[in-house]
Amino acid sequence: MTSTKYLIIGNSAAGVGCVEGIRQTDPTGEITLLAKETEHAYSRPLITYLLGGKVDEAGMAYRPADFYVQQRVKTMLGVEAAKVDPAAKTVTCADGQVIGYEKLLIANGGKPITPPNLPGADAPGVFTFTTWGDARAIEQYIAANDVKEAVVIGGGLIGLKSVEALTARGLKVTVLELAPRILAVTLDQDASDLLAGALASAGVKLLTNTTAQRVDLENGKAAGVTLPDGQKIAAGLVILAIGVLPDLSLVAGSGIATERGILADERLATNVEGVYAAGDVAQALELLSGERRSIPIWPNAYRQGFIAGVNMAGGDKVYEGGLAMNSVEICGLATISAGITSPPEGQGYQVLTKLDPKTKNYRKLVLKDHHLVGYVLVGDVDRAGIITGLIKGRVEVKGLEEKLLAPDFGLISLPAMHRERVTAGLGVWS
Amino acid sequence: MKRIVAKEEYCMNCRLCEVYCLVSHSRSKDLIKAFRQERGEIVPRITVERLGPVSFAVQCRHCDEPACVEACMTGALHRDPATGEVTHDPQRCVGCWMCVMVCPTGAIRRDRNGHVAAKCDLCLETGTPACVANCPNEALVIEEDND
Repeated sequence: MTSTKYLIIGNSAAGVGCVEGIRQTDPTGEITLLAKETEHAYSRPLITYLLGGKVDEAGMAYRPADFYVQQRVKTMLGVEAAKVDPAAKTVTCADGQVIGYEKLLIANGGKPITPPNLPGADAPGVFTFTTWGDARAIEQYIAANDVKEAVVIGGGLIGLKSVEALTARGLKVTVLELAPRILAVTLDQDASDLLAGALASAGVKLLTNTTAQRVDLENGKAAGVTLPDGQKIAAGLVILAIGVLPDLSLVAGSGIATERGILADERLATNVEGVYAAGDVAQALELLSGERRSIPIWPNAYRQGFIAGVNMAGGDKVYEGGLAMNSVEICGLATISAGITSPPEGQGYQVLTKLDPKTKNYRKLVLKDHHLVGYVLVGDVDRAGIITGLIKGRVEVKGLEEKLLAPDFGLISLPAMHRERVTAGLGVWS
Repeated sequence: MKRIVAKEEYCMNCRLCEVYCLVSHSRSKDLIKAFRQERGEIVPRITVERLGPVSFAVQCRHCDEPACVEACMTGALHRDPATGEVTHDPQRCVGCWMCVMVCPTGAIRRDRNGHVAAKCDLCLETGTPACVANCPNEALVIEEDND
């Protein structure tokens, strides 16, 4: 058995953040980083850019090639962690290796959901799309089978970025979305409509309120899908993009508390001494609700990993809470949204909107008790971060609502205390 | 950390800082060519805001814990721990606008021509920020923090 002071499971945003957090506090303590995938730390969201030909393999690196050498980290890539034993303070790997640790970060991420009752889902030509390996496999499959048409099941973020990549490769794509509109979780109706328009003008066919009932096969390979109403769509490639769930297989039976994800406290520690969790596998504080929720987005993953790292190394840093937010540009139309974008009726939310049908610029602000709790920008997304900062900093914006809705709004309208803080480079956390 | 500080009591809203920022980041490095030919292709990395009689310029604040670096999914944004400078490598930027989403001062602009983010680099090439050097009323000055 080998042992290490710090053991990190996962090599994406949270794992890298953890390394940087540890090293800020402890420059020398031994760090070992374990990951199932064999690649150097890469940018997972770029997998669709890679498939679409917008970045090359070298452009996938999230940190320079010598990053782990510079940070004095021992990497074990291509090694899958199988089981955590908090009593013995060990992690057992799928290949039988046992690694002892003093402090452990679990940041092994999420796993794509595959629909349980979809006949044909395991046929060649049907893929989930969450890893670099998936991108390579899809690219090879398209080339080897001369695929011209694809169906993407799921109109969420991964689904739509897949659509963009496949369209860039010249495929004709149909999107199936079970909800009445795309990006239903993060955008509101108007923004979804604008994006649907952008998809349509790029030649993408969008079918809402429906999904595939089965994958049709030809010579054992995917050849299309059949919808519940019997309609058939021909496609040599089917991408399953219905969502991602925290991958809890590692902690089953370990005594580490989980709900949807691994429960992490304000220092990103789990209920078990010496064990921390961050990123898509974790369920940590959400800013607006005060509840612990899993928000699988890159900025939260990095920040959680960084704060966990500081605390693992003996520091004392508190996680301010995550905010659901996304920047999605599809077919040239930019959108940025955060927080509550479709508030329920009659619960005291104030909604302000401004839509310019000619330019497709759209702005929506959601407030409660004179505080911003969410927004949507479509088209002119510049300076969105000022609004995000007002949400995170819980700044009262009474009397400023109309100014914030104007496209040329700026820092100059903001309360002096908040303005001074952010211009001093101190961030938004008060 | 060296930071550019805006003195709103001296700012005359002349917006020359925007013009000289544009020149400093242009190909020609020539005011007339940059302003007449390259404007639109490149964006100034500084913004003058005005409300009534008050105005001031805003550019990257080189935050201590930069939200943009945390949000950057490609690693194009980086904070140099030695100098505190937040740097941006356009070669590694794909224009996802995650930094635009989180920058609390709205200092990161979209260079839509190159489809990459554009932010203040303190004029690394010349060593002297053009906005500071060319402000006619010393409304932009460099101050050293003690951290």
